[in-house]
Amino acid sequence: MEKRDLISITDFSKADYLRIMELAAEFEANPNQELLKNKVVATLFFEPSTRTRLSFETAINRLSGRIIGFSDSSSSSVVKGETLHDTIRMVSNYADMIVMRHPLEGSARYASEVASIPVINAGDGANQHPSQTLLDMYSIKKTQGSLDNINIFMVGDLKYGRTVHSLLMAMSEFENPIFNFIAPPELAMPDEYKRFLKSKNIRYFEHTQFTDIISEADIIYMTRVQKERFTDPIEYEKVKNVYILKKKMLKNTKPTMKILHPLPRVNEIHPDVDASPHAYYFTQALNGVFTREAIISHIMGVK
Amino acid sequence: MDNRALQVSAIKEGTVIDHIPAERLFDVINILGLFNSLEMITFGTNLDSKQLGKKGIIKVANRFFQGEEIDKIALIAPHAKLNIIKDYEVIEKRVVETPSEIVSIVKCFNPKCITNHEKIKTRFSVVSNKPIELKCRYCEKITYENQIEIV
Ligand SMILES: [Zn+2]
Repeated sequence: MEKRDLISITDFSKADYLRIMELAAEFEANPNQELLKNKVVATLFFEPSTRTRLSFETAINRLSGRIIGFSDSSSSSVVKGETLHDTIRMVSNYADMIVMRHPLEGSARYASEVASIPVINAGDGANQHPSQTLLDMYSIKKTQGSLDNINIFMVGDLKYGRTVHSLLMAMSEFENPIFNFIAPPELAMPDEYKRFLKSKNIRYFEHTQFTDIISEADIIYMTRVQKERFTDPIEYEKVKNVYILKKKMLKNTKPTMKILHPLPRVNEIHPDVDASPHAYYFTQALNGVFTREAIISHIMGVK
Repeated sequence: MDNRALQVSAIKEGTVIDHIPAERLFDVINILGLFNSLEMITFGTNLDSKQLGKKGIIKVANRFFQGEEIDKIALIAPHAKLNIIKDYEVIEKRVVETPSEIVSIVKCFNPKCITNHEKIKTRFSVVSNKPIELKCRYCEKITYENQIEIV
């Protein structure tokens, strides 16, 4: 049997997405299952990301797998100049699966070609982070009951935000999605994604600020607007307070509407939103463990 | 010398590459390694062209390009036409065609792409022909026609 990897969200089909949703729900009901007994999983974090690493390692532990690896390449041989190629070849001999994060884009795809064992991409620079997208989808499925007919508002940095791009691609596989983009012109959704939506006859609307239209939202997906992204600092000063979500803005929203955020947040969601029944971002993070248990068992073919 | 004379005269056997954008003429010479060639080569540039405004043209004696060489020409001169000359006659006119996958010819424009940091064959799928847009198999970023750099 050919090995499976998860490098980009589009490596999975709609059937895979649905299977992951189903498995994540099973793991949520019963998180501890000995499916990876006697298996070794390598978690290779060439750049630190404590949040993602702990989520993956919790998932592996709950499946009774054993973990080898490193959490930061400065403590490993990588600093001594070993190539990614050689590190992956070596680890392939020791482990049954690799979970990796690396600052260079495309590193995970390359590793999957070099490795004889399955590779899961836990982030390759600004490129892909598919387990984040799957946990976002699980959060949508759980709170809305379905992945069909969802009106998603994406807010903030839609130009560089990889999480919104992947979520857009994945949700486009489902019935009748509607996308609303709220972003400053400098950080608008790139044309290639808009062209993609047009080619699939999927409706989308663009806005430069929050308006009453958020009353139609099923999901508001918030991202951070970072100062470094602006070529002109004056432009940043003009927009920096425009994309902050506050409790008073949520008055007319649907009772079932949920706010998601890939975390960590800075100031784009005001703390007064946290107590609102719409706030879902902390639960969303917990869903990450169940989703990653689902991804790992699906990739390893143990479920 | 008029355009027509330059295109077909004084070459017994070989290839005339016509309709090269004037500004990419030397790139074509480079990627085909013609500066090392011992064959007779003539080229002209800034010739009037209805299609391109200004065009370049290269005549190479005793060379018949194929496979990867034609892929390379297609990448930087997508409108190029190859006139195959035998015994002073044009026996065949070929339009270049952009292949659907480009392997190890082009450099990924993304400085943070793994292919610019380790010895890896680059691989692109051609997502658009005119203008050319190449999607990197690794970083998934698009290299646009004006960013194409040959490795
Ligand atoms: Zn690349």
